[in-house]
Amino acid sequence: MGLPLMMERSSNNNNNKVELSRVAVSDTHGEDSPYFAGWKAYDENPYDETHNPSGVIQMGLAENQVSFDLLESYSEKKNPEGSLWGSKGSRGFRENALFQDYHGLKTFRQAMASFMEKIRGGKASFDPDRIVLTAGATAANELLTFILADPNDALLIPTPYYPGFDRDLRWRTGVRIVPIHCDSSNHFQITPEALETAYETARDANIRVRGVLITNPSNPLGATVQKKVLEDLLDFCVRKNIHLISDEIYSGSVFHESEFTSVAEIVENIDDVSVKERVHIVYSLSKDLGLPGFRVGTIYSYNDNVVRTARRMSSFTLVSSQTQHMLASMLSDEEFTEKYIRLNRERLRRRYETIVEGLKKEGIECLKGNAGLFCWMNLGFLLNTKTKEGELELWDVILKELKLNISPGSSCHCSEFGWFRVCFANMSEKTLEIALKRIHEFMDRRRRF
Amino acid sequence: MSLDKNLLSKLAVGDKHGEDSPYFDGWKAYDNNPFHPEHNPQGVIQMGLAENQLCSDLIKDWIKANPHASICTAEGIDGFSDIAVFQDYHGLKQFRQAIAAFMERARGGRVRFEEERVVMSGGATGANETLMFCLADRGDAFLVPTPYYAAFDRDLSWRTGVRIIPVECNSSNNFQVTKQALESAYLNAQETGIKIKGLILANPSNPLGTSLGRETLQTLMDFINDKQIHLVCDEIYAATVFAEPGFISVAEMIQEMDHVNRDLIHIVYSLSKDMGLPGFRVGVVYSYNDAVVTCARRMSSFGLVSSQTQSFLAAMLSDQSFVDNFLKEVSKRVAKRHLIFTEGLKEMGVSCLRSNAGLFVLMDLRQMLRDQTFESEMALWRIIIDKVKINISPGSSFHCSEPGWFRVCFANMDEDTLQTALQRMKSFVLRHRENKKKRKSFQENLKLSFSSKMYDEHVRSPRLLSPHSPLVRT
Repeated sequence: MGLPLMMERSSNNNNNKVELSRVAVSDTHGEDSPYFAGWKAYDENPYDETHNPSGVIQMGLAENQVSFDLLESYSEKKNPEGSLWGSKGSRGFRENALFQDYHGLKTFRQAMASFMEKIRGGKASFDPDRIVLTAGATAANELLTFILADPNDALLIPTPYYPGFDRDLRWRTGVRIVPIHCDSSNHFQITPEALETAYETARDANIRVRGVLITNPSNPLGATVQKKVLEDLLDFCVRKNIHLISDEIYSGSVFHESEFTSVAEIVENIDDVSVKERVHIVYSLSKDLGLPGFRVGTIYSYNDNVVRTARRMSSFTLVSSQTQHMLASMLSDEEFTEKYIRLNRERLRRRYETIVEGLKKEGIECLKGNAGLFCWMNLGFLLNTKTKEGELELWDVILKELKLNISPGSSCHCSEFGWFRVCFANMSEKTLEIALKRIHEFMDRRRRF
Repeated sequence: MSLDKNLLSKLAVGDKHGEDSPYFDGWKAYDNNPFHPEHNPQGVIQMGLAENQLCSDLIKDWIKANPHASICTAEGIDGFSDIAVFQDYHGLKQFRQAIAAFMERARGGRVRFEEERVVMSGGATGANETLMFCLADRGDAFLVPTPYYAAFDRDLSWRTGVRIIPVECNSSNNFQVTKQALESAYLNAQETGIKIKGLILANPSNPLGTSLGRETLQTLMDFINDKQIHLVCDEIYAATVFAEPGFISVAEMIQEMDHVNRDLIHIVYSLSKDMGLPGFRVGVVYSYNDAVVTCARRMSSFGLVSSQTQSFLAAMLSDQSFVDNFLKEVSKRVAKRHLIFTEGLKEMGVSCLRSNAGLFVLMDLRQMLRDQTFESEMALWRIIIDKVKINISPGSSFHCSEPGWFRVCFANMDEDTLQTALQRMKSFVLRHRENKKKRKSFQENLKLSFSSKMYDEHVRSPRLLSPHSPLVRT
């Protein structure tokens, strides 16, 4: 049986390129967004205090580097890997290296549950057996989507939202996102009207809505969701018989713990199982602890079926047992976690105040925020036209002239133009000052013309 | 009053997670009554788990001598923050280089691997699924030679919606996959309107424990090239090969077979078996197709390897003398276990499929079946779990087309436990033989638990449904 056509070995032959899947060739991976173009500019010309002081300062990456010293001194003193590495570590290492049970290390789950409770000031309790581990919140969000929705169904998400959701929730799952439009007239809070409008939009397009997904505290707003709004949301979900997912990945980054209400607190006081069972929480150590490299995400669900299914599905994305072991040690050290949570909040608050006040001096307002690793800055007054193009034009100027990579609101699907997310926790205080200086010089130049 | 199940996706309420298979009943039996030499010497011995526990001492020694490889020791702490924030889906460069080097050495240096093509995934489990997402749409199919790794059903199909079309192999030629079997499966699929996107197999094979010979590899490569469909080779047991013909990777075949379209060739690898580190979740997608590398890399965001683990392995696997010694020892120790176990079985008149790799053997118990049916296979399997107290895996869970074959793992325990298992098998086999003789002479029930009455009871037990093998259904 001869070949119909001689295939060239080189993949440069574009005429007969072998087919990949629809998922593979789609652009739902989202990397063509300006959100990432800025990152590339940074990668090509990264700021460095000594070696490249005129390079691009990365303010588009929501990383928490303000509390590393606490982690490092803990690790060095207590060596949380110690039991695997030292002379006593003989049995420990092998058991740990073999441990691939998708339930996850019990000690680690217990430590996570306890850490999550501390963050909420003990206002909610978490059962370690409801914790499902995944390699990052990225995987947790995708996994929940696979479990709660079928292809072509939709999740309702308030705008503006984390740009990564477009990929994480839609790419391989085939599920859609229908936006719940929020605007500055009420500080971008979700209103019952906006919820209904979004639901009806989906219905009119014959799309089945399976749930609402919120991020609380919000990315990119840097603000917590009010308790009343959470109650309304849960109410809405019950009425429509859909799920509520709360991504609380920034819960430990709220400046004042009392200002954060977790959906867990609301559920804590509810007895009706049919209400509880539609609530699911996503968490991760990437933001609060600044450990995105370790890939530690969790799904916490009040629904037994979801817990069981998520656990099975986590086979595709388990947390390294080496990492589970180290963090179990670290997170069960009560003295350490209390100190860490407290100091981390303080340092983030101070950073926030520094940047917001610095911007205010230049006549730039930010949304009143109380959490997160970024502020939501309003440059609407600087746009040539209040359109997406106008916004991207300004963004480009800021990137090329000021060499600051910040994230345009349109990449977060914001319906108002001129808003930008500015990260402040992924750099030294000195670098933050330099960034503010560049902004000052820019505004100065503009004022003179 | 709980939410009705309709509130979850079809994917969630279906059973494609595969855990209702009898394959897992044996595990449950083990979990409820695990063997321990001192605390529970009558417990169930786990021989259904293909783990490699033979070389952890080598790794431990290396760790003790290299504290800098940990980010939590005084020697390594300086790297802590950089590693902790590193979430770039390209992975640490040193890690990619070390993995590429390890893969090369596991193939005797006969091939080169480019570190830019090394893409991470959540174990081989994640790697196999990722490749399906990249290469096939929902409803498309992949050919898989039987018998195959039980969890392929879940890994390849569950979330992807890709179908598995089994390519039947049988013992007449030691379960080698033939051109006729491939062509026949392909044709059948075409006739029923199913779009075949590729062929996936494990080499060395689980559960056969055999590595593919050059000729078979040529047949496979020519087949997929002729049809212009993908070839995914799961080479997760590469370093466990201990005898002829040695390990021939598809990477080597590409070098020899110039005319084959490289865009069709993809390798899956992991450190779970060769190194015995399943907990660390180190999966690799290695593709010769640039578009697949890019896509798989983007998808790796859903299953990256912990940077702490990357960092540790980068250090360990770039230690060439450690790696070379390790690979030599793996092969040697697996060979030794294999010999002990197969010789032990041979002494009691039990044979195994001749194998040269893997952490298990495929034991031939066809003679012990009541009749050559899967019901009898399940009945025999139940006796082995409940009475002999050994968890082994019935061939039907691997979609084997012939009843009577059982996969038995030998590398996940110490030698004493292995001997205990052999002794239990011996008692069982001898008694079974005696009973068979007696049953032929006497037509009455015996007191011993291996009477035919007990045998029939097991067959009629409600637990013993026909296994979910698609081959049995057709």
